[in-house]
Amino acid sequence: MSLALEKAGEANASRITRINLVVGELSGVVGECVKFYFDFLSKDTIASGAELAFEMKPTQVRCHKCEAVFTPSDHDWACPECHETGIEIVSGRECYMESIEVE
Amino acid sequence: MTVKVITVGEDILGANEEKAQANKKRLDSHGVMTIDIMSSPGAGKTSLILSTIKHMKEKTRIAVIEGDVASSVDADKINEMGIPVVQINTAGGCHLDANMVESALNGLPLENTDLLLIENVGNLICPNAFALGEDKRVMISSMPEGDDKPYKYPAMFADSDVVLLNKIDLQPHLDFNVEGFKKTVTGLNPDVIIFSVSCKTGEGMDAWLDWLESAVKGKKNR
Repeated sequence: MSLALEKAGEANASRITRINLVVGELSGVVGECVKFYFDFLSKDTIASGAELAFEMKPTQVRCHKCEAVFTPSDHDWACPECHETGIEIVSGRECYMESIEVE
Repeated sequence: MTVKVITVGEDILGANEEKAQANKKRLDSHGVMTIDIMSSPGAGKTSLILSTIKHMKEKTRIAVIEGDVASSVDADKINEMGIPVVQINTAGGCHLDANMVESALNGLPLENTDLLLIENVGNLICPNAFALGEDKRVMISSMPEGDDKPYKYPAMFADSDVVLLNKIDLQPHLDFNVEGFKKTVTGLNPDVIIFSVSCKTGEGMDAWLDWLESAVKGKKNR
């Protein structure tokens, strides 16, 4: 919220119409909750009435051994290519503001 | 009016990150080894803290920050042991953040502290996303929770420096695959140190206490 207002201020915008957010499956961010608080917090600011857009990123991991990138299943995180269990989370933890649209 | 798109590309938790770095600097200036203890509710955070205090308080000056959704039950127990403690009630919030810890630090004698234990709110979903200013992150996973927790909350395990597998005294009653659990955790986090402990019986606690003591020494000697 303060980040969006800061960026809009820097651009001398009079109104923020849309905020584009990128959130991963593992980030714990619940879009509905964010929207609820956003509407509350944005009252009387230039962000009031802005649309919040969430781009959801699924969980993806990379195998340490063969570098294959895959979406793990609920109970098996071994690499489907080489069955190695050493993996690294490459996507799913995102939580950032990609851009804002202003007038 | 023309619509203009401004590229931001900034972390939403950036403000917390900055505050956490300020906390870290402050704690570093006093040489305080700071541990963020995270787990689900009931895994044994308070038991671990109480047991650690019991074993270390003669040699180490300990302080505690207690994060809880409500109540001061845990803080009262620590207070009874003569340890400086600040309670943070998050009023429903599911994790501590750097701002809350900053206020708590104001109520602690940092110049007379070697080790600060921060008990985070019992939750495996988001506490790892909020840096507090800690040196190390310690996560407790207890046997009754099941060996599938790393699959469900991978980011917590990937972000921890130490994982304590607690309540091992219950192993005879549970179908917990210890080797499978360790393999999954080290798969997610090759640098992790895993200790199997029982805060209740004291089994395995020596290895944890040795690790903690050397971490405290390491910080003092820096």
